[in-house]
Amino acid sequence: MSIAESMLEAVQAESALRGTHIFALGVKIGELAGVDSDSLLFCFDALVRDSALAPLVLQIERLPWRNRCRRCTRDFTVEDYRTDCPHCGSPETEIAGGNELDLAYMEIADT
Amino acid sequence: MTRVPMERKVLNENDRLAGALRERYARRSTWCVNLISSPGSGKTALLERTLASLDPSRRVAVLTGDIQTDNDAQRLARYGFPVRQITTGGACHLDARMVTEALAEWPPDSFDILFVENVGNLVCPTSYDLGEEARVVVFSVAEGEDKPLKYPATFHRADLVVLNKIDLLPYVPFRLDLARDYIRRIQPDARIVEVSCTTGAGLDAWRNWIDARIAVKS
Repeated sequence: MSIAESMLEAVQAESALRGTHIFALGVKIGELAGVDSDSLLFCFDALVRDSALAPLVLQIERLPWRNRCRRCTRDFTVEDYRTDCPHCGSPETEIAGGNELDLAYMEIADT
Repeated sequence: MTRVPMERKVLNENDRLAGALRERYARRSTWCVNLISSPGSGKTALLERTLASLDPSRRVAVLTGDIQTDNDAQRLARYGFPVRQITTGGACHLDARMVTEALAEWPPDSFDILFVENVGNLVCPTSYDLGEEARVVVFSVAEGEDKPLKYPATFHRADLVVLNKIDLLPYVPFRLDLARDYIRRIQPDARIVEVSCTTGAGLDAWRNWIDARIAVKS
């Protein structure tokens, strides 16, 4: 809920700054960000409904968990918690992506 | 419709406040540690043990977060160090604004160590930077060894993992070797200390880690 509130605060600020209604907010959420899309959409819609921000749609892009190998430096997508490097087999890998919780874009009426 | 790029973090405002806290700690040489765990893993017990073992002349303070009650603050206040409860009133995590407000009424200007005990939750506290210098995840053997895989984001950001309640190992189907392997898979750089806040086993390693971190700082 507080993440949805933070998103709406950003929308409010942008809307006031630009003096225009925002119809959609695009966000990027990594698989490791600990944010469930359905719960976020539920909270977001509950806050938007009957508020001055409506109509406003949340568009979520999920980003995969990516690791980088410390030995061969290549990136790969982690599936089923398999963190060993698929290229060289090294177990020494570290998270390179998937923590994202970013505002990507907003959609406003054509001027 | 026109699409306008935004490209910033959702928790921008929290990150800004956390940055201000970090600067404040740096100016005052305060070492701040954020303790995260599921409810009941033993964060408060670990702090009780830690406070009991510290020289009362040490400049130490504790902020402890809970959704309701000040039970933890009452438990922790017995050790003679200043303790303040943050009651979030529903929020499942502490954020930088709550910490900033708590400190505004109660400035830890002269503290060397500030322990921040987060709300018991392995998900949301992860996303909220509190300006801490170190992040500790407490994880007990009563929980099942796959917690690091289920909550990788939390373990990924840990500087230290405290594996608590090892006195229960004979009674629970918990494999230490698997737990260590899972933690390393998620965060190869994390130190792991295995402790029991009931028997006191392993607590020297935890204290040594704290002392080493503070020594590096001063």
